[in-house]
Amino acid sequence: MSSTPIKVTTMAEMMANGEMPEILFWVGCSGSFDDRAKKITKAIVRILNHVGIKFAILGTEEGCTGDPAKRAGNEFLFQMQAMQNITVLNGYGIKKIVTGCPHCFNTIKNEYPALGGNYEVVHHTQLVQELINSGKLKVSGGSFKGKKIVFHDPCYLGRANDVYEAPREVIKKLDVELAEMKRSRANGFCCGAGGAQLFKEAENGKKEVHVERAEEALELQPDVIAVGCPFCNTMMTDGVKHFNKEEKTKVLDVAELIANANDL
Amino acid sequence: MLSSILFCLLFGAGSIFFFLNAKKIRRNILIGKNITISDNKSERWKTMLLVAFGQKKMFSRPIPAILHFVLYAAFIITQIELLEIIIDGVSGNHRFFRPFLGGFYTFLISLIEVLSVLAFIATFAFLARRNLLKVPRLVMNELNGWPKLDANLILLAEITLIIFIFMMNGADEVLYQRGASHAVNTGDNSFGFSISRHLGPALYGGMPDGGLHVIERIGWWGHLLMVLGFLCYLPFSKHLHIVLAFPNTFYSNLSKKGKLTTLDSVTDVVAPNFDPSYQPKTDPNNPERFGVKDVQDLTWKNLLDAYSCTECGRCTSSCPQNQTGKKLSPRKIMMDTRDRLVEVGKNMDANKGVFVDDGKSLLGDFISTEEIWACNTCNACVEACPVNINPLEIIVEMRRYLVMEQSQNPSELTNMFSNLENNGAPWQFSPADRANWVNEN
Repeated sequence: MSSTPIKVTTMAEMMANGEMPEILFWVGCSGSFDDRAKKITKAIVRILNHVGIKFAILGTEEGCTGDPAKRAGNEFLFQMQAMQNITVLNGYGIKKIVTGCPHCFNTIKNEYPALGGNYEVVHHTQLVQELINSGKLKVSGGSFKGKKIVFHDPCYLGRANDVYEAPREVIKKLDVELAEMKRSRANGFCCGAGGAQLFKEAENGKKEVHVERAEEALELQPDVIAVGCPFCNTMMTDGVKHFNKEEKTKVLDVAELIANANDL
Repeated sequence: MLSSILFCLLFGAGSIFFFLNAKKIRRNILIGKNITISDNKSERWKTMLLVAFGQKKMFSRPIPAILHFVLYAAFIITQIELLEIIIDGVSGNHRFFRPFLGGFYTFLISLIEVLSVLAFIATFAFLARRNLLKVPRLVMNELNGWPKLDANLILLAEITLIIFIFMMNGADEVLYQRGASHAVNTGDNSFGFSISRHLGPALYGGMPDGGLHVIERIGWWGHLLMVLGFLCYLPFSKHLHIVLAFPNTFYSNLSKKGKLTTLDSVTDVVAPNFDPSYQPKTDPNNPERFGVKDVQDLTWKNLLDAYSCTECGRCTSSCPQNQTGKKLSPRKIMMDTRDRLVEVGKNMDANKGVFVDDGKSLLGDFISTEEIWACNTCNACVEACPVNINPLEIIVEMRRYLVMEQSQNPSELTNMFSNLENNGAPWQFSPADRANWVNEN
């Protein structure tokens, strides 16, 4: 990984200089606070820095989108969070947003419009695909060349928003063997985190959902399980550890694959 | 003459019975909250055509899809023969269409016969899947009792119906060959129907004319009685999907699956904090319950979903929580909703059309909180449903009721809520530290 320091500007700083970003990077709570997810955040920043996109973050003005509250039935809390964020975003006149998390992506894209927040929202894998297709980002496989990579569809990117191809197209650019689990794309099997399950113990049953999913991925004996969601990352990492396979199989975000392979 | 009167009486009684029960189902569905679904008509027709008429989503599992398609095609095409039976029954004709349609009639009945044989085979395959192979999703506990019997009954009825069709056509073929059929003789020596042309002589070739007429009539009346019986049975069976799949797909959710509904009643409370000029969208004098406790709190579309469910279990077999042994089953959510709705409907029937509180509710007496809290909101059930039923909406609405009306949620979620409220993140981190990652190594 490159040791060049990352360059990140907040919206407040940009406004103070009378500037506007091309795109706002919505970091999300995991990406801001979770040690593992922060690495994904930085990988996304490295890609943005590398191609020279003028972007900003909200920094301390960003708050949870409200997704876990809404999925857990707390519509009050969701709308409080949403309206707070919409006030900030509209105040800055934000038009386009890239998120590092499919849950933030889904909420801002689909649920903020009804509350007055209308933006063009893309998931980071879509942005990366766009950058590659337009020739702004050139990628090679680097140390991943020839490796076997299996992509786990995040529910909130896949089924919830019908985005299946962008992450796969990006992974294919790395000159790797892209393997598919039996349950993939629209039939993808959840990692077990969504619907606010990440924040509570599972109900009684035979197995944990993330163990079931990790088992399915590990059957393919991949070098990497690629994900596009910080929650999936946590769950799949736990699942791989459950089977003591963390030496052989890494769990990495698509953004990390791109940033690491190209030494960004 | 006598048989025409008997026919009209039977047909009329069956139709009236069906109509009265269909009306009751319509009333029950409209117990639900009124929502308007009238946007994007062309997309809606397209969805109905593809998903209900074309059975597009069935084909994600090819074997049951092909078997089901055979039954479906046979059912649709056989309606032509049924139409002739009705005309013959009222007018006293025999094979009324034949002289008019000629070769096309032979083709149609031949097609019906081929499809009937295929349907016969498919029905046995379905019986085997349920009772011998015991396909997991078809033998789960929630199907014990009536649902299991309902499924098998209809398969046995299908077999009986097909036997009647071949009794009718087979015996009539032999009679026609002998010049003894009541059908108009068109100068040929066989009806020429694909299957009964061979099956008739093979089965009944040695029988006297009198016996053949009896068998033909048993087949004819049997066919009619099976159809009328099916019509009367339909309102009490999961097989109602053959009708309701069409409106249910027409009124499908056309938004992205990830989008949950926005509660206007909540917006009315929250929005004025941000916009003093905000105008409320709901009537403050008539506050609605937050979320769903009983069927009256659901929308009519949720209730139409419940009546459209065929209990096939594709939702449950794709549910991550169910597949890892948790109690949650999206199919059970739909079956419970229908059972409770039927109960509420009976309550209304017994009390002059007004529901009298029976101390029960959908959440609690039918669906447990353990089921509700297990959901991942992953939309696998919604994706899997061949008729676009949405169990997830009901689950989320019940969570809303539990959280916002009852403050009853798993304690870990209370922690998550208070972190969100105080720190703007679901974990206990200070909002001031949100951008610390920028300068960390």
